[in-house]
Amino acid sequence: MMDAVAPASDARPDRAAIAADASGERAVGRSSVYVYEAPVRICHWVNAFSIIVLMGTGYLIGTPLPTVAGEASDNFVMGYIRFAHFSAGQVLAVFFLARILWTFVGNHHSRQIFYLPLHRRQFWKEVLHEIRWYAFLEREPKLYVGHNPLAQIAMFTGFTLFVAFMIVTGFALYSEGTGIDSWQHKLFGWVFAIWPNSQDVHTWHHLGMWALVVFVMVHIYTAIREDIMSRQSIISSMISGERQFRD
Amino acid sequence: MGAATETFYSVIRRQGITRRCFHKFCGLTATSLGLGPLAASRIANALETKPRVPVIWMHGLECTCCSESFIRSAHPLVKDAVLSMISLDYDDTIMAAAGHQAEAILEETRAKHKGQYILAVEGNPPLNEGGMFCIDGGKPFVEKLKMMAEDAMAIIAWGACASWGCVQAAKPNPTQATPIDKVITNKPIIKVPGCPPIAEVMTGVVTFITTFGKLPELDRQGRPKMFYSQRIHDKCYRRPHFDAGQFVEEWDDEAARKGYCLYKMGCKGPTTYNACSTVRWNGGVSFPIQSGHGCIGCSEDGFWDKGSFYDRLTNIKQFGIEKNADQIGMAAAGAVGAAVAAHAAVTAAKRLANKRDDANQDH
Repeated sequence: MMDAVAPASDARPDRAAIAADASGERAVGRSSVYVYEAPVRICHWVNAFSIIVLMGTGYLIGTPLPTVAGEASDNFVMGYIRFAHFSAGQVLAVFFLARILWTFVGNHHSRQIFYLPLHRRQFWKEVLHEIRWYAFLEREPKLYVGHNPLAQIAMFTGFTLFVAFMIVTGFALYSEGTGIDSWQHKLFGWVFAIWPNSQDVHTWHHLGMWALVVFVMVHIYTAIREDIMSRQSIISSMISGERQFRD
Repeated sequence: MGAATETFYSVIRRQGITRRCFHKFCGLTATSLGLGPLAASRIANALETKPRVPVIWMHGLECTCCSESFIRSAHPLVKDAVLSMISLDYDDTIMAAAGHQAEAILEETRAKHKGQYILAVEGNPPLNEGGMFCIDGGKPFVEKLKMMAEDAMAIIAWGACASWGCVQAAKPNPTQATPIDKVITNKPIIKVPGCPPIAEVMTGVVTFITTFGKLPELDRQGRPKMFYSQRIHDKCYRRPHFDAGQFVEEWDDEAARKGYCLYKMGCKGPTTYNACSTVRWNGGVSFPIQSGHGCIGCSEDGFWDKGSFYDRLTNIKQFGIEKNADQIGMAAAGAVGAAVAAHAAVTAAKRLANKRDDANQDH
């Protein structure tokens, strides 16, 4: 991959590297690169928050809470849960779309999770290296400014494809309530041409949720692990946008 | 049956209504609809010249529940539909003629009303072994169906069998029972699914076609929009309990007695398109949910293959397991969670070992 860098090579020199105080104590010089632009970071956190809300409320729609007492008109438990689910879904859809639009404006890192360079031999070689790294067969990790090739595969399938699938099936299911003359049905009603019985769409939407649960678990684990093991910032990068290399 | 082409006027006269009364009816209709003075004679002319729509009703692999439902229609009464509105020229279950006489009517209708008759099909053709699993009049049903479909104006696919396949097409479908729209592809097909469809929905579709002389507007799946554009759930009288979060948790609990939502008992109302919650059954008396049982989704594609009638989620049968999406998902998430924890543990152990190595080398 082109993004692989030797630490401190093409990254811009840090001021701190040459700063020193009178007693001779030097600040530690660390190279950092600006990777994630503000819109990418905003989309990341909004999407992350929406997905958490969607998972929680979605599960409760499939498996509702115990019955509440009192008159039906005094309660709106299921209604509020569904409202939260639909709102979070709309927010996710808008920010997912915004994220796609940003790839036309943003830097080349912003495009990385929307394609896979499967035809490049180098890509596969580095995927293999990453697999060996995770299988404890490599002692030293390779450093990347953006995603490593394995992470790119995970992001492309786990986030881009799965979330797109959830948005499409989600809007199709939503259109069942808004009716066949709604824009949701006009845009997403074709889903029911693939699965005429919407119970199947429900089943796939459930499976998609669990696929995302698995993705989120792996995503968070590897982010924390690489932050420690590869000695490069991962978690704080999604807040500051800067990727630091600590060696 | 099926001799000369009958008009509405001849039916009206046959029922003992005088010509004078007939013209009074036309005048009164025009006046009450607020039409101009010429409308009365136009209505009379239309009724005198417009032939009743000939209908051929055929039976493939089916259980006759569609016919049983149809004959119980209250609005309109089935007698009015069969004797006045349409000209039911052939229906081997209820017609008087039999044998060669009956079969001759098919040829006659085909020749005389080419492109004008409605072919109503109850049940579906099995295609395996050359269609030998359903022989009708000495021939495989599929051949008879194709022959009559050729010159039909349109086809009505009655019930879940003709629309989707129903029980005879449930896995593993040994006879390869196939819905009508997979066999006939060059004719407009109106799907009227349900097992059986609601009587008033059936006669409603017939009434629409005979009244307006055209087919009703269909949805994406080929069902009449006027009856199938909303789910049972959308018009269910127990919907307030769903929104409130009040559910029947098990049969015969307090919530069941109070008539709470049957969602947790596997009610398929949220995924079933039909008019049961508005039109209801038996002349509007009740429908399954009103009787305390969840909807089983009988008007939906492959409803026999979607697991238990009492589960919300379909069972997924793959690689010899039979679990629903949530069970599979939880197992997968659990396995990945355990893998992550194990990986983290190995990582920590390795890191500790490496540190010790480094420390040893430093000394």
